[in-house]
Amino acid sequence: MHLDPLLIARWQFGITTVYHFWMVPLTIGLGPVVAGMQMRWHRTGDVRWYRMVKFWGKLYLINFIVGVATGLVQEFQFGLAWSEYAKFVGDVFGAPLAMEALLAFFVESTFLGLWIFGWNKLPKAIHVACLWLAIGGSILSAYFIIVANSWMQHPVGVVLVNGHPVMNDVWAVLTNNTAITAFTHTIFGSFGVGGAFLLGISWYHLWQRRRDGIDTVDATGRVVPGVAPGIPGRDGSDHSIWITSLRIGAVVAIVAFAGVAITGDAQGKLMFQQQPLKMAAAEAACHTGTSFSVLSVGKLGSTSCSDVVPIIEIPGLLSFLAKGNFTTTVEGVDQLLPQYQAKYGTNLPDNPIYGSRAGEKIDYLPMMEVTYWGFRMMIGFGGIAAFAAAVALWLTRKGTVPRSKGIMLLAVGGILAPFAANSAGWIFTEMGRQPFVVAPNPTGVDGLYMFTAAAVSPGVSAGEMLFSVIALTAVYAVLMVFEIRLLVRYVRGGIASAVPELAEPDHPDDDDHPKSDVLAFAY
Amino acid sequence: MEILPTVWFVIIAVLWIGYLFLEGFDLGVGMHMLFSAKNENQRRVMLNAIGPVWDGNEVWLVTAIGATFAAFPDWYASLLSSLYLPLVFVLLALIFRAVAIEYRGKGKSLRWSRFWNTALGVGSLVAAFGIGVTLAASTTGLPIDSNGDRVGGPLAWLTPSTIIGGLAVVGFSLVHAATFLALKTDGDVRLAGNRFARRVSPIAVLPLLAWALIVQFSSGSPVSWALVVVSVAAVVAAWSANRRGREGLAFVGFGLFLVAAMAAIFLAQYPVVLPSTLSASFDLTVANASSAPYTLGVMSVVACFGIPLVLAYQGWTYWVFRARVSAGHIPEAHAVEPAVRKA
Repeated sequence: MHLDPLLIARWQFGITTVYHFWMVPLTIGLGPVVAGMQMRWHRTGDVRWYRMVKFWGKLYLINFIVGVATGLVQEFQFGLAWSEYAKFVGDVFGAPLAMEALLAFFVESTFLGLWIFGWNKLPKAIHVACLWLAIGGSILSAYFIIVANSWMQHPVGVVLVNGHPVMNDVWAVLTNNTAITAFTHTIFGSFGVGGAFLLGISWYHLWQRRRDGIDTVDATGRVVPGVAPGIPGRDGSDHSIWITSLRIGAVVAIVAFAGVAITGDAQGKLMFQQQPLKMAAAEAACHTGTSFSVLSVGKLGSTSCSDVVPIIEIPGLLSFLAKGNFTTTVEGVDQLLPQYQAKYGTNLPDNPIYGSRAGEKIDYLPMMEVTYWGFRMMIGFGGIAAFAAAVALWLTRKGTVPRSKGIMLLAVGGILAPFAANSAGWIFTEMGRQPFVVAPNPTGVDGLYMFTAAAVSPGVSAGEMLFSVIALTAVYAVLMVFEIRLLVRYVRGGIASAVPELAEPDHPDDDDHPKSDVLAFAY
Repeated sequence: MEILPTVWFVIIAVLWIGYLFLEGFDLGVGMHMLFSAKNENQRRVMLNAIGPVWDGNEVWLVTAIGATFAAFPDWYASLLSSLYLPLVFVLLALIFRAVAIEYRGKGKSLRWSRFWNTALGVGSLVAAFGIGVTLAASTTGLPIDSNGDRVGGPLAWLTPSTIIGGLAVVGFSLVHAATFLALKTDGDVRLAGNRFARRVSPIAVLPLLAWALIVQFSSGSPVSWALVVVSVAAVVAAWSANRRGREGLAFVGFGLFLVAAMAAIFLAQYPVVLPSTLSASFDLTVANASSAPYTLGVMSVVACFGIPLVLAYQGWTYWVFRARVSAGHIPEAHAVEPAVRKA
């Protein structure tokens, strides 16, 4: 069997990066909510906010650590499997990565440690400030990484010297319009993840309380909260904790979706200019036109344009997405392909850097089934999550959730929708950039682009890559099992899982001041 | 002499030394938890001594690698791709180790905590060894061709020097962690730390010394030789401080040993950043592997601002958590039970 290092390296990058970006959006989406809760607690002194901080903070940390661990791989893998890429772009691409480590990741890791262990040790204002700094570090970290990625989508701020990009304007790199839209889009997408997470888990607890007969409803359907002295945590403040968390989650998810839609629209319009073929492939738009395809089908496994059959189309919508009006025609694949071939060649150059691919015909059309469905899944799952959040607000307007187990399972399952939307969006935008690893900038420096086929490490064997992709995937799968098991255990434990004093009968209900010098938190 | 590339070589050397100093005791604590600790209580005392700081310490590694990418892309690309397998093991080890720290106390069964103890201990061991291999390869040479690509199979990096480098970081981390625990904990963990440093340090420091000497014999200068002498003197002073029960001094002494020995290594190899064992003309140097001056200038501004800031707030973290940890500080483990009405 012939093993293709390039294909394995691409799978490895895809698997490790998509996986890493399951933890990251939850970290970014949940963090500010936890910090906001802590500030409310400090301001009001209301123990319910304290418990929310403890509970959601615990889940935040269980997830955070897997994001940190899998993020390490990202810093290394450009050198491990993509050494030609690293050498080609290092002058400009390495800078945002180093800035991320030095200015963002340090802040994030150090101040999170201070927050975790700082309970009762730091003054309250400084303690919550540490969490805000850690969150700021996470968000800044996302910014720098997206700056790096956006440079691959839309290289700016460089000149070509001996065929290599050399940075001459760091400000242009940091304010790349692709980066600004992608960053805001990603942050809103992350808030969607955090919102759905709060909503689904809070729903589960409110449902559990109804099922256990703790909460009942009166004749008008309004909730009558109760207490269950036998169950740790299910005391007088428990109901209000969950309904508050649920509403926060729903509002966050709805606001996030609005933000995602606005920034996504801006990003789409940019992409129609910067990478027209990506957007045409997202549309399965074979011919120049104005219609947006709601549903198109092609032959299974086909990658060519000729056998795509549009089923439902909305006239004018494609023009609106691309240009903001309903009449300007948008170029389709059939028109764009010859332009790409004229500009960037029909065949890969006869250069040893391409290995066995040298001289091969270049397929400029990204895998259309991936871009087409990736684009639709991103929008679809995002929309479903926002719609579900609005429905959830309405269903819980009288203070609790319906008794239906089916709806509860939908709410819990709905946690996955924004995750899926995030992954689909990234897979779409990365696969849609192919066959380039650095896409040409139509208004940038001529001749600055790199084919993915030239980017892989020439000195690394396919066997080594196969080993690493299998090992990393297996380890990541095991970690996923552990993370989900722990999350489920702590979720099911409710508030008492994060506030263990509640499970001890001798000092009930209170709180944040340990009796002796026992650490408030320890591993 | 090229000023900016030299500055960046120094910055990267500082980042590596900072990493080895700080994460050295974290990795060593991970190993001691598996191999030295007598019971769960001791393991928790050890872990909580590094609890608030280990994650921030690990960022020094990420920064060293990121800075190498930004300032010396060719060094980054050649070193990492040539050491593909050992670095994949380092990454797997660091992943397991990080997750183990957070997850080991959250389980219900003995199996769970045993699994994570092993992950933490073995992960720390493999990571320390692999990092040592990587740095030793970068200072003693790899079979790289004119394009910076590894010639020879996946194990072409495996030489006596790289194995000595791996042992050097493992050995140093064990001693460094022992003196760290002596300084940061109380009770039997403190006593065991002092004892371990006294008994094991004379042997455990040898590989790092050997590595420093290997580099000196091939390219040492008077100043780098002087640093080797300083490192030996630091070991002697640290060992005697340890015997006299001066825990702070012992910790500083072994730390100085690392700083001086690594500085001697980096200084001796300058201006080569990655020697080729095939031909000196394939050597990567600060001149031929670096980014363009503009990039280095931008990054210098970032580093001037960033590194002092990192030192300041990480220093403050150590100040906040300066108290010794002992068994009495550790809260009891609690079981997490579902909050449901039992049928």
